[in-house]
Amino acid sequence: MRIAIEHHTHYRFSEPQARLVQMLRLTPCDTQDQTVVSWHIGVDCDARLRDATDGFGNAVTMLYAEGPLAGIDITVTGEVLTNEATGMVREAIDPLPALFYCRTTARTHASAELTGFAAEHASGDPLERMHRLNAALHARFPSAPDAPDTGATAAEAFAARKTTSRDLAQIFIACARSLHVPARYVSGYRSDGEATHSAPHAWAEAHIEGFGWIGFDPVTGLSPDASYVRVAVGLDALGAAPIAGMRLGQGREELDVDLHVDRLGGEE
Amino acid sequence: MAANGAFDEIWGHGGPDHPRAEFAALSQWVADTPASELQRRQQAAETAFRQLGITFAVYGDSDAAERIIPFDIVPRIFLQSEWQRLSEGLVQRVEAINAFLEDVYGEGRIIKEGVIPPELVLLNEQFRAEVNRVRPPHGVWAHICGIDLVRTGPDEFFVLEDNARTPSGVSYMLENREAMLRLCPELFRDFRVAAVDSYPDMLLETMRSVSPGSKSDPVCVVLTPGHFNSAYYEHSFLADAMGVELVEPADLVVDDDIVWMRTIGGRVRVDVIYRRIDDDYLDPLAFRPESLLGVPGLIAAYRAGNVAILNAPGNGIADDKAIYSYMPEIVRFYSGGEAKLPNVETFRCREPQALKYVLDHLPELVVKLVDGSGGYGMLVGPTASRTQIEEFRAALIAEPQRYIAQPTLALSTVPTLVEAGLAPRHVDFRPFVLTGGNGVKVVPGGLTRVALREGSLVVNSSQGGGTKDSFVLMDDGAPSGQSQTQVQS
Repeated sequence: MRIAIEHHTHYRFSEPQARLVQMLRLTPCDTQDQTVVSWHIGVDCDARLRDATDGFGNAVTMLYAEGPLAGIDITVTGEVLTNEATGMVREAIDPLPALFYCRTTARTHASAELTGFAAEHASGDPLERMHRLNAALHARFPSAPDAPDTGATAAEAFAARKTTSRDLAQIFIACARSLHVPARYVSGYRSDGEATHSAPHAWAEAHIEGFGWIGFDPVTGLSPDASYVRVAVGLDALGAAPIAGMRLGQGREELDVDLHVDRLGGEE
Repeated sequence: MAANGAFDEIWGHGGPDHPRAEFAALSQWVADTPASELQRRQQAAETAFRQLGITFAVYGDSDAAERIIPFDIVPRIFLQSEWQRLSEGLVQRVEAINAFLEDVYGEGRIIKEGVIPPELVLLNEQFRAEVNRVRPPHGVWAHICGIDLVRTGPDEFFVLEDNARTPSGVSYMLENREAMLRLCPELFRDFRVAAVDSYPDMLLETMRSVSPGSKSDPVCVVLTPGHFNSAYYEHSFLADAMGVELVEPADLVVDDDIVWMRTIGGRVRVDVIYRRIDDDYLDPLAFRPESLLGVPGLIAAYRAGNVAILNAPGNGIADDKAIYSYMPEIVRFYSGGEAKLPNVETFRCREPQALKYVLDHLPELVVKLVDGSGGYGMLVGPTASRTQIEEFRAALIAEPQRYIAQPTLALSTVPTLVEAGLAPRHVDFRPFVLTGGNGVKVVPGGLTRVALREGSLVVNSSQGGGTKDSFVLMDDGAPSGQSQTQVQS
């Protein structure tokens, strides 16, 4: 599938900022089933951009801008070719052993409620368990829009019964790890037929002995298919955040995201 | 008399009247100097420390922040031959620590080959994925190590702890020596003592040697969290002694993956940072997003190879308690030889054989939680009640992997000035080891901590601990320069 992405992120500041340093995890990497045809990050002000690979294997771009800044617009445009791989992640840059992703974080701590929920799906081999967990989360939370980060932990979102795709991914991760299955957060794009999105999509990957990393998307209850573009991984939503930044200046900020993910004509 | 039959480093096993021959001059000095004079000098030293403001915590005793750590006027002395052997062990250990860090943040051979259980590294919070696959400038990770040792005999040293993050205490080594030179100059005629006052030069040389790029005059700075930090005196002292800027995070900015220092004359590019800030507060974009401290972008600049950071971020995995018990294996793995400096014998209760031994010998052992600190979850067998021992037995059986056990050691003593005169008191030792682009150097001296209470093994300043100067002799021979009365002709 050929997928075109146009992702605008606008920050508006109530007072001018003297400096801005951001870490952007906005660039997908090639895998066996994902080829980046073109990719560009543009900024509407005088900024220095530096590309690197982080310790998780993500392509990151450091952004440095000097003020006074009333706001900043970051525009990502690109095209990616994808294959259907039944959720398998093949030939991705993966510098950390899978066991690393058994760690828990503040965002993905498994509460008693989460551990209990996971245990209900603990029968069968690990792959079956993960599929069952994925389907059960989808059944329990049928609606989970893509939305900006609220800072909620997996346990909070589970208890509140109101979830975004980020929350569901974190809940899946917390449950999988409580079953001793390495699991990680994935941030990326999904072409789901909607014209616009207000945030990137999020899902999870679990590491299954003999298969490697396999994607699970509790939003659909299925594994990712060719309509997904995988961008960054981390231990949780915080660690894979598309944009993390520090600004030097007073006042508040407003975030506005305008995201288009379109399938271009024809199957590849 | 030596306490509990422990080895006294000056008196040996013979007591005050039969000191080790090499140290007869020290006993003579003590005998020749009235106790009141020793007291006076000791007080003069402490007054000077108070005026300097050396009120900082050694080894993380945060409650010692506003107190002077007591100073003892009687030095501890190492023979050159003892020091040589000790140094070899320290160099080997620090080389292994550097090789280990290079490996776990690189290929991970030691994990793949099954020498260390993978979960001890990968699930350890001290393993920082943010610096995974980083190549620090010149391949050095642990530039400044403070290796905590205890001693039980002339050549029996054991490592208690490897400090490879931001070890403190070096300013004590320097200030104690300066006080001794001023107050007891005669001792330096009796003994040829290796100088330690070149430490700031050695540190600066280490910093310059790991500068990225080829600048002949790299810009080095000391990065402090600020004056509220308990070791601020040491930070400012070292910056001053090296003649480099002392900066706080707000003084540094990263632009285009390059670190700059703000000065009144404009921005100055920084090449080497000796940081005395914990990893967590170095860079909010890499470590703690909720923290407003730190230098945003610093890790990106580091990853890009544009700045050297001493010590490297992520070093905590090398000196972590859970890793400590594997140090003999780590040294063997990278050096190909046995560790010259042993660990305190440590039983890993995760191993069934060790667990059985521990359960059979609980009253003789100290049992510790692998992830505990500050004395929590600790059993001191020899002083524990039967109930406590049985509680630990149950806990050990339930979760053996969480515990390690060690024998109680008969720590060496050094004569120490107490109210009643001179008495043996237990000591430990922190030597400092510097690793730069051109090798490993051991500073000929260090920080001796002494438990001032009789029989106490606790040297922490928060619990009645003090410090002493630590002499390293330049030779083993008879004291030189000592005046002798000639036979009258």
